[in-house]
Amino acid sequence: MKKVFKVKDLDCAHCAGLIEDAVKKISGVEAASLNFMMMNLSVEAEEAEFPRIQKEIKKAAKKIEPDCTIVF
Amino acid sequence: MSRKQKKLLLRIIIAVVLVPLGAFLPVPEIYKLLIFIAGYLVVGWDVLYGALRNLMGGRLFDEKFLMSIATLGAFALHEYPEAAGVMLFYQIGEFFQSLAVRKSRNSIAELMDIRPDTATVLRDGEEITLSPEEVSVGETLIIKAGEKIPLDGTVISGHTTINASALTGESMPIDIGPGDRAVSGSVNLSGLIKLKAESAYGESTVAKILELVENASEKKARVESFISRFARWYTPCVVVGAVLLALIPPLIVGNWSTWINRALIFLMVSCPCALVVSVPLSFFGGMGGASRQGILIKGAQCMEAMERVDTMVFDKTGTLTEGSFEVSAIHPRNISEAELLDIAAAAESYSSHPIAESIICAHGGHIDKSRIGEVKEIAGRGIKAVVDGETFYVGNGALMDEAGAQWHDCHLSGSIIHISRESEYLGHIVVNDRIKANSAKAIAGLKKLRMKELIMLSGDKHKIAEDVAGKLGIDKFESELLPDQKLEELQKLIESGRKVAFVGDGINDAPALMRADVGIAMGAMGSDAAIESADIVLMDDDPIKLPVAIKICRKTMMIVKENIVFALGVKAVILIMGALGLANMWVAIFGDVGVMLLAVLNSMRAMIKVK
Repeated sequence: MKKVFKVKDLDCAHCAGLIEDAVKKISGVEAASLNFMMMNLSVEAEEAEFPRIQKEIKKAAKKIEPDCTIVF
Repeated sequence: MSRKQKKLLLRIIIAVVLVPLGAFLPVPEIYKLLIFIAGYLVVGWDVLYGALRNLMGGRLFDEKFLMSIATLGAFALHEYPEAAGVMLFYQIGEFFQSLAVRKSRNSIAELMDIRPDTATVLRDGEEITLSPEEVSVGETLIIKAGEKIPLDGTVISGHTTINASALTGESMPIDIGPGDRAVSGSVNLSGLIKLKAESAYGESTVAKILELVENASEKKARVESFISRFARWYTPCVVVGAVLLALIPPLIVGNWSTWINRALIFLMVSCPCALVVSVPLSFFGGMGGASRQGILIKGAQCMEAMERVDTMVFDKTGTLTEGSFEVSAIHPRNISEAELLDIAAAAESYSSHPIAESIICAHGGHIDKSRIGEVKEIAGRGIKAVVDGETFYVGNGALMDEAGAQWHDCHLSGSIIHISRESEYLGHIVVNDRIKANSAKAIAGLKKLRMKELIMLSGDKHKIAEDVAGKLGIDKFESELLPDQKLEELQKLIESGRKVAFVGDGINDAPALMRADVGIAMGAMGSDAAIESADIVLMDDDPIKLPVAIKICRKTMMIVKENIVFALGVKAVILIMGALGLANMWVAIFGDVGVMLLAVLNSMRAMIKVK
């Protein structure tokens, strides 16, 4: 299934690309895209996997751009 | 401005005071250094901190890390004003970048401000306010003046004017009353209306449009993928270049500090930020600006394809013509025009065929049904009807032959309706599909945009297609085509190496819309099939939007190209000058943040309305 999360305080498009790449690499993620203008991160994965994936997304985003937060 | 931005601004202001103070205050060198370090830390501590964290995380090619190395290196070379100044300008650049990004995000959010927040529903005689998702099909909605229409529906009672400009870009208000369709996302301007919901929120026009726009940037343009691939290689290459520059020449000719200085200049222009930020911003701006004019573009990829279109293929009915018929001429014989029309209208009064409707519409007056006796439809030919006790035949030539009437064809093109009283020929009525008011203007506009060829494909008769093509100034037309023949014609054009856009009304040409390099669906408000299969969707059915769409795509691509050439050009020049010792750090910092700011400002032009 596909879930869409809101992204906050992300002003650098380059970082957005890095975060998107990082999320795509998380195991269990089938597809991911970060819409820099709409500030949406959409992730496709198995429903049961989401709690773990969300934690990993949070970690990955913090590492790339500490200012930005993802609202789950 | 967010809190983060305000804080950064304050730090910038402090540093803007401190750095010149350090440069011009007549105090001993050591105090100057202290002032510079204070300014540097105030404005750049988070960059240093971020760099340190990236270092631990093993990310060496991050711009914060590179900027920290460059400035710390400058300190080491005793170039204090440069070190503090570069950090200051870097942060000023970051500040403006975040302002620009937020500004463009806000303007796009404004453009997309069609999302209805609430819906008022009448349940068990009570008005309750819900979120639009909670309304089910068939429920009665109440919409007061000033409110957005939350779901597509039909007016049950009340009259009002609505403004659909957020959807169509057309600011002319539309009057609606009972029986009319109201499209979600438009604003009720004047009166209170009751609406019967026809679709759930998820299926409504407004939700479809929002979904389309929000997903638009997922279809990345080739130029965008090029930029991200380029960015992946550019930074490491420049950094390696900087390291080589710092190590190899001094080993041969000595003079370490000069070469390290030149290497630092390399590091400063090693971020491809200008491109990485401005290219997607241009596309987004272009798509945002287009949507404000009722043109939905499904992604940067579609803009790129549209820019290269050189041949436009049109469907006729519903695209260039209204798709509704109109009486264009009445040629009676031995009776008056009014009498002929009266007979035809009476005979056709029970028919719901579009041609019959046009005749009834042209008649305009009341038709006394008691005058009409037996009516018999003769399939594929017309109608035999008893009016005022006399038998009339209304239909095509074959029907006239059947009635034994001496009929003749008309010199005009269109559908010809012949009328006879028994075997006595009374004349004919010519009915035509009306050409849209703006079709000719749109074709002329497209020609001005140097389209190689404009082609019309029609299922209609040769004479009718010829007439429409001639009136509009279309280069070439094909008539009497079946839907799969239309597809074949399209296929041939594409195979001949042209970039073909197909324009249709989306009703039965979904395959052609998908097959063309760019599929453009018109009048798509409420038509799911069209929205799904097309690349570009015109919300209303005005063909004048076609040249506008091309102009928007071309302008956006132009801005993208300008930014690429400008940013890469400046960086290349600075790299060469830096290696030769002709550039200093001030020039280099312009090459980084200056170029980025100019590129971002340039890309914001993409949002400006195109005439």
